[in-house]
Amino acid sequence: MSIEPILFYIFSTILVIASAAVVTVRNPVYAALSLVLAFFTCAAIWLMLEAEFLALVLVLVYVGAVMVLFLFVIMMLDINLARSKEGFIKYLPAGGFVALLIFIEMCVVLGPENFGIEVTGEPLKHAADYSNTKELGVTLYTQYVYPFEIAGALLLLAIVAAIALTMRRRPDSKYQDPAKQVAVRRDDRVRIVKMATEKKQ
Amino acid sequence: MIELSDFLILGAILFCISLAGIFLNRKNIIIILMAIELMLLAVNMNFVAFSHYLGNIDGQIFVFFILTVAAAEAAIGLAILILLFRTRRTINVDRLDSLKH
Repeated sequence: MSIEPILFYIFSTILVIASAAVVTVRNPVYAALSLVLAFFTCAAIWLMLEAEFLALVLVLVYVGAVMVLFLFVIMMLDINLARSKEGFIKYLPAGGFVALLIFIEMCVVLGPENFGIEVTGEPLKHAADYSNTKELGVTLYTQYVYPFEIAGALLLLAIVAAIALTMRRRPDSKYQDPAKQVAVRRDDRVRIVKMATEKKQ
Repeated sequence: MIELSDFLILGAILFCISLAGIFLNRKNIIIILMAIELMLLAVNMNFVAFSHYLGNIDGQIFVFFILTVAAAEAAIGLAILILLFRTRRTINVDRLDSLKH
């Protein structure tokens, strides 16, 4: 027996436990940290699927940026921990039942008789000098170049929207108005006063 | 030998856990956002598994775009969340019903 199935089952167990912890723990900080563990384990599974670039991007983008953003927001907000799990028991039967039903339906469709090794065949094993990043880049910048640019525009839109939503102008803060600065005239600032010279003391 | 169906069922388990999480956490929008991220992760898992077993790189390209959209969604969702907390002082889903009255 090769080591791959053992690694797969270890990683999947960690992944399932971590994702169950995300939705059940009381403290949102622990939920975010469990989600970090889930992403990290998923990156390991993607490495086993020879998607090296996406595994590293998952760690860099999700663990490095998105989850840190989540942690910032959780720590900024003042969340009432005692009340945050109210209704958990009340919705448990309905939620568990629906999730179980969907899982059973998915298993019927996605089971080994439809997507087993006899149906799909052995996956292609790439040589040691195969570069997943290069393959992705070649496809992304030729065949998918327009979707790629749309994705860039989407990210720009997200930046603008996030900043525009959260920016607020405090009424008591001091700021410059360039229009007023440009429009100012000499008479507004300087007043020349004519007065007689005083006598020397 | 790991089969494609193993990865697909792992993705299904992840999807159902996050679906149940959306049902259960009615008091906390942050957990709901995290459950949505987990759902997208489950979908991405399916894409990567299919890409590997069918020998087609296009699935990984699609994961790339899903990651982009998910990052934008997380940023805007958290911005809306902060705005919500600033005006209502709560992120309780059950109490965000002002449009109803």
